[in-house]
This record gives sequence, C-alpha cells and structure tokens, in this order.
Amino acid sequence: MTVREAVKAIDGTFFCGAEAGDVIVNSACGADLMSDVMAFVKEQVVLLTGLVNAQVLRTAELMDIKVIVFVRGKHPTADMVDMAKDLEIALIGTRLSMFLACGRLYEAGLRNSGTRPI
Amino acid sequence: MLYRFEVPGDDFSRAGHASTEIKRIMQQLGLPLRVIKRTTISMYEAEINMVVHAGGGVAEVEIGNSQITVVLRDSGPGIPDLELAMTEGWSTAPEWIREMGFGAGMGLSNMKRNTDEMSIDTVVGKGTTVTLRINVELGAS
Repeated sequence: MTVREAVKAIDGTFFCGAEAGDVIVNSACGADLMSDVMAFVKEQVVLLTGLVNAQVLRTAELMDIKVIVFVRGKHPTADMVDMAKDLEIALIGTRLSMFLACGRLYEAGLRNSGTRPI
Repeated sequence: MLYRFEVPGDDFSRAGHASTEIKRIMQQLGLPLRVIKRTTISMYEAEINMVVHAGGGVAEVEIGNSQITVVLRDSGPGIPDLELAMTEGWSTAPEWIREMGFGAGMGLSNMKRNTDEMSIDTVVGKGTTVTLRINVELGAS
C-alpha cells in the first residue's frame, strides 16, 4: 500500500510530507506510549497516535519511522510541522478514532504490525 | 571519540536531543544500523529518565572501535528499589509524564534489552549513574 492509499483509507489529510505519497508502507502500529513504540516496533511502520508533542517526532526519528498519523482530529503545532519537514517525516491527520483508523488500514490490506513477538 | 552533552532538566520538549545528536554522529561515522538503533534507543530512555526523575544531568558517549559506552550521571533522588524499578510496567512517573507518552514502566527494560552490558550505580539522596555498553558487531546490518 502507498502512503497516499493509506491516507485515503482513513479519510486523512497531510499536514506535511505529501511528496511521500508514493512511498510503500508494509506495517502500522497504533500507540500513545512512546516507550511501547521503542519496546515493540521492529520495522519501519506507519505510527498512528493520539499523542501530539515533540517526543513523538523524536521517537519516530530514532525508530526510522517516516509516516505519523494523528488520530481523533488532533493537530500538530507549527513547530512540530517544521521539525517534521526537517526530519523528512510525513504528518497526516484523521478525524477517526484510533480504533477506526487502525481498522480501516487493516481492512485496506495493511496487516503487519511491524512489532517483535510479544 | 568522546562526546559530552548537558541534559537540561527543565525542558521536556528538549529531552532526547542528545540521543538524536548521537544518532546523527553515528550515521556519519558509518556504524552498523543495528548498533545505532540499540545505542540511541537505550540512551533516549535513559535521557528521558534523567529529565523526568532527576532534573537533568550529563551524558557522555565514547565511540570506540569495538564498543559504544554511554554514561549518564545525575544528582537526583536515586532509586530506592532497583529490582522493583526494573520490573516492566512499574513506574513512579507523575501523571503529566504519562500524558507526554512516557512513564509506562518500560524504560529500564528497554535499556537492558538494547545493551550488551548495563550497570546502574544509585545512592538515595545523592544521584544515579547509568552505564550502557553496546558492542559494535562488524557486518551487522
């Protein structure tokens, strides 16, 4: 699935990084706790989160995550968008809840969680 | 090569800055991806802990040919029960830290999982020194 197809599946919009639309994504992870992201994520996932702060971007940077989806209609600050542009991380927003956003991506064919066995 | 960072304790938005700087330096040096990831994940968790629990401190990173050594020193309250603190899910982080996406009680176990050696010297009321060692495995991807 491409990033653009993922955005369509969740009725999302880009805050930045729309040029990454053709990038292929193979797995996704939904989490609000960044320590869990660091503990369990193994692959380059799409990160879905309801958390909006600079630590989301720092965690993504350390974990080589290039696509972040903010669920529940949350908006990143202008500083976060600038930081994401510097880091070449695409930021996407959706009004869907975490559950529905993850469900839509799963239904659209994104089945891999990209995490180590738990 | 030795790198030294002051980790401020009063600005959570800057927590993790030293770890991301080290990631850039290690990438420039061409170290294996797995070594970079293990070093920066364990250092980031330690850095967050230092900001959350100890009011900041100093991080020193030595990049050697066969091993990366990260030493984080603080003058915080110390850890009264280290064994309990190592338990996954156990946390004394305040509510506001949980709202920032941390304090899940995964920090120390994340650090242990991503290092080849980890030691914690802690004295209640004096401070804590965390030493993380990561072997450089040549040929690792």
